[in-house]
Amino acid sequence: MLLSAAVFTIGVFGFLSRRNIIIMFMSIELMLNGVNISLISFSHYLQDMRGQILAFFVIAVAAAETVIGLAIVIALFRNKATVHVDKINEMKG
Amino acid sequence: MEYYLLIPFLPLAAFILNILLGKEVFREKAHWVSILAVVGSFIIAVATLFDVISGKTLNEDLYTWIVSGTFKASVGFLIDPLTAVMLIVVTTCSSLIQIYSIGYMHGDKGYYRFFAYMSLFTFCMLMLAMSNNFLQLYFGWEGVGLCSYFLIGYYFHKKSASDAGKKAFIVNRFGDFGFGLGVIIVFLTFGTLHYLPVFNNMTGIVGKTVHLLGFDVSLVTLIALLLFCGAVGKSAQIPLHVWLPDAMEGPTPVSALIHAATMVTAGVFLVARCSPIFNLSEVALIVVALTGAITALFAATIALVQKDIKRIIAYSTISQLGYMFLGCGVGAYAAGIFHLYTHAFFKALLFLCAGSVMHAMGGELNIQKMGGLKKYMPVTYLTFVLGSLSISGIPGFAGFFSKDEILWLAYSSPNPVGKFVWLLGTIAAFLTAFYSFRLIFLTFHGKFRGTHEQEHHLHESPKVMTIPLILLSIGAIAAGWVGIPHLLGGGAHFAEFLKSVLGHPEAHGTHNEEWMVMGISVIVGLSGIGLAAYMYLARTDIPVRLAKNFSSIYRTLFNKYYVDELYSFTIVRPTLWTAKNILIGFTDAKIIEGIVNGVPRLIGKFSGMLRKVQTGLVHHYATIIAAGAFFIIALAILLR
Repeated sequence: MLLSAAVFTIGVFGFLSRRNIIIMFMSIELMLNGVNISLISFSHYLQDMRGQILAFFVIAVAAAETVIGLAIVIALFRNKATVHVDKINEMKG
Repeated sequence: MEYYLLIPFLPLAAFILNILLGKEVFREKAHWVSILAVVGSFIIAVATLFDVISGKTLNEDLYTWIVSGTFKASVGFLIDPLTAVMLIVVTTCSSLIQIYSIGYMHGDKGYYRFFAYMSLFTFCMLMLAMSNNFLQLYFGWEGVGLCSYFLIGYYFHKKSASDAGKKAFIVNRFGDFGFGLGVIIVFLTFGTLHYLPVFNNMTGIVGKTVHLLGFDVSLVTLIALLLFCGAVGKSAQIPLHVWLPDAMEGPTPVSALIHAATMVTAGVFLVARCSPIFNLSEVALIVVALTGAITALFAATIALVQKDIKRIIAYSTISQLGYMFLGCGVGAYAAGIFHLYTHAFFKALLFLCAGSVMHAMGGELNIQKMGGLKKYMPVTYLTFVLGSLSISGIPGFAGFFSKDEILWLAYSSPNPVGKFVWLLGTIAAFLTAFYSFRLIFLTFHGKFRGTHEQEHHLHESPKVMTIPLILLSIGAIAAGWVGIPHLLGGGAHFAEFLKSVLGHPEAHGTHNEEWMVMGISVIVGLSGIGLAAYMYLARTDIPVRLAKNFSSIYRTLFNKYYVDELYSFTIVRPTLWTAKNILIGFTDAKIIEGIVNGVPRLIGKFSGMLRKVQTGLVHHYATIIAAGAFFIIALAILLR
């Protein structure tokens, strides 16, 4: 449980502090894996298989999300020649 | 008698065809559609008349229109002698006038539009006449008003014409407001709008009163007077007569059909149809008789000095409508309807003749600029004289029988104002003969007073216009022969025919008195013509001197007693002022626009504040998400 909390916190911190979009992606993956660990440990602790099933779902969704996210990043890089998120502020209201 | 349905629906079909396809497909042949339809209606109407004469009547609902709680309105038809007479009047006049219009409207840009509206008008008028309930009557009533508005404003590019259309519509609102209230009270009292149950239960409410503005008013009188309100507006009686003379801005066939022969008589028809209501209220009858008699005299005096050929005939129409109400008011409904029927022929004839004159004169309306047209337009002249003899009540012509019957029944009526309205009516008859022949002498006799160019252009109208004139003039002579009184050896068939619907008033008088009344009306008619001949043929200097010596009277008459000015001062201007300063200036500009513009402005300001949150920087969003998640978890833990 502590491990999962630690991994999740690293992910959150990384996501908030880094400006490189690739690193931010990796942080999201860390957060998801932190959640996965906690899901599996709860599953083990409660003797309930649903936690593990949910973890598999999270892995599958994370894979899909990464594919789409990286595709967006590549498209963005072609247009802006940067992966620095502070320079990408077209959506400013 | 199932075919009777075709009578109103043929013109409706013609209207739909013409309004949809007229512009592109029929073009100059648009008249065929309308005329075939209305002639078809005419033939069926004649067949219906024979059915009714043989004793068949019909009263049935065709279709349920609205059902709401206890309120049930249906489309239904009532065919009885009164309806049959109206059907004949409407379809005959409509057919002849539309045939005439082929010549008169030839080459006009809105040719198909004209015929489409004429068909729609005929449909609405027939629905009005054939209705078996008050709501359908109201539908037809408003429908003819709408068509009247369309057709008065037919030359809409002329400001005076579109203004006249609006005036007709708005003045009629005043009357129709009362009419609408009357219909509502009928429903509230009887729980139905069908004529028969209402009329049958009418005696049950005699003596009932309602409390109104601090007075106890008899319910019957209230209903009768409210219905009469509508009739006053539609039939242009005092004080709502102001729209009819202005309505002459429309094309002349429209004046002939709508503003002389049919629509304006709808008020008389309404009073006759509701005779069971009016009969129970003496007050209402006196009001009807007095309104009619005063209008008859009032309009006739105005007609004496007008210069516009169509306006003279329009005032004459108002005056004759006054006669019809006079007749209804003394309980002689059949005589009123008889006058409606003869009047339709001779007045349509006079209008169409005036149209023929205008056609020859290139649209000139001022009779001071005419004169001597007799030799150029023999057919128009002859038919015009026949029409005028008829309206003046010369024995043998249609107008004589109907007018004399009204005057005799007024004289002999037990109604307290009977003798008084007879006197007014007789004076009006003298004036009628005078102004009708003044018109003829100024227009057709003497020397031509127009421009040289107009004189060169003078011609008789084409056959398609003169044949309807000739047919109508036959009507103007012979239409009255169905109602020759017993005194002259006739059978008074017309009154007998309508007796089952309208009853027959008791005449309290001897044969000698009847001869006297008839003699007086013939004498005043002839002396009116004689005086007109003396003043406008022999001594043409007299009218000028009279106008100069009595200039204040002349000016009052010429300006129509300043009624228009009075209304402008008391009603139109205050309304416009209120509209401009209160409705537009305050309600519209401040309240409505304030709300309409204020709400978006408020939202704009608020969203301007909210927009600053959206920075476009991903880590700001991420921080907000994280903080939000933290907040929610904290809340969940704390509130557990």
